[in-house]
Amino acid sequence: MSTISNFLASTAAAALLAAALPAGAQPVPVPTAADREWRLLEVPMPKENISTPARVELGKTLFFDPRISNAGAMSCASCHEPSLGWADGRKTSIVGSDVMGRASPTIVNLGYNTLYTWDGRKKSLEEHAVGPHRHLSAPDFKAAAERISKISGYQAMFASAYPGEPIEVETIAKAMAAFQRSVVSNDSAFDRWLAGDTKALTPEQYRGYKVFSDSGKGNCAACHKGSNFTDNGFHNIGLKTADQGRFAFVKVASMKGAFKTPTLREIEMTAPYFHDGSATTLREVVDYYDKGGVDRSNVSPDIKPLNLSEQEKNDLVAFLRSLTSKSTQVIRPVLPQ
Amino acid sequence: MMKNLQITAILAILLTAAQAQAAEHVVSQKGRAFSVKQLSVKQGDSVKFVNEDPFAHNVFSLSETKSFDLGSHGTGTSKSVVMDKAGTVEVECAVHPDMKMVVEVKK
Repeated sequence: MSTISNFLASTAAAALLAAALPAGAQPVPVPTAADREWRLLEVPMPKENISTPARVELGKTLFFDPRISNAGAMSCASCHEPSLGWADGRKTSIVGSDVMGRASPTIVNLGYNTLYTWDGRKKSLEEHAVGPHRHLSAPDFKAAAERISKISGYQAMFASAYPGEPIEVETIAKAMAAFQRSVVSNDSAFDRWLAGDTKALTPEQYRGYKVFSDSGKGNCAACHKGSNFTDNGFHNIGLKTADQGRFAFVKVASMKGAFKTPTLREIEMTAPYFHDGSATTLREVVDYYDKGGVDRSNVSPDIKPLNLSEQEKNDLVAFLRSLTSKSTQVIRPVLPQ
Repeated sequence: MMKNLQITAILAILLTAAQAQAAEHVVSQKGRAFSVKQLSVKQGDSVKFVNEDPFAHNVFSLSETKSFDLGSHGTGTSKSVVMDKAGTVEVECAVHPDMKMVVEVKK
């Protein structure tokens, strides 16, 4: 009797659910074991710089402090603005009067990466914090460290975060790295679905996920694989560019015009796209890959025409939008004096 | 005519002997990793890299012992290199920098 009533109840629930869905739409299933491999784990930390609240707060303060730059006019947040997905919304960054050659990448989930910058020339977040480009070069950073070390408010913060350690470039870099490891996106609709909430994804988003991960369809997971949606690898995706990319550091032919696979988490918030900011919308990105790139002279074998249908393209974009976390307001720090 | 046949026969024997001595070692690329981290081979042996992943890999080395770039190769394909000099050869995949292995080439 109980079984029959359960059956009737589940049948009624299924009927109600089907009625609530658009015609032809299938309900989103529970994630399989293979799906759950996309779940994000805790951010790894080097044992010599385990994050603490004091370290994260110090790093955040430094991240937003323009006194760290050579002219005192820009901070890390100038190009990694929290309200713009920790990127800057520009095609390529503008520093002073200089237009940079590459787009500002988001710092979201940087703690999961193994190499840093578009060309991978930085091997740790600590190293990445120092001299990311010529406007915040290593010599400038050293001068900035001396300025910072004379600010009494910072002296107290450093004493709390790194007791016994001098206020110098390395300590500043460690604090900045600790802060960046705290900028994590792990509560998107996709994450909630992976945790078992089948209502977290729309049927359209779920279909997009299947297109994304199917090597015979979108083939996106060939590079955007792993819980942070990057293989930490370098690929020439067929963009027409004079930028040598990874080849400047690894003299291997396939690295000419190859750039690091960016995470797709918070991708909706970080337009424009690609290393040169040449795609304005996610739909443009999908259309680009559907064509198999533009300059195929040194393109990765994984980039080829996809022939996706209109629905598959729409589903793919819908899935990418499911990688956005619930928005939280970032409170800017009061800069110490 | 007879002399030419003799030379051909000698060359064939030498070639067969050389082939018999040179071994082929197979290393697969699967799950963004080489199937072995260390490989010991004899000078003259070849190493064949088979891509068992559903995406492209590369094989290269900038080692002093042996510098080579086998290019990018897609799923199901393979590339080979002859280790013709004794020493240590650090092999990497340029596409996936976390993929590394070492080949020790012995005399």
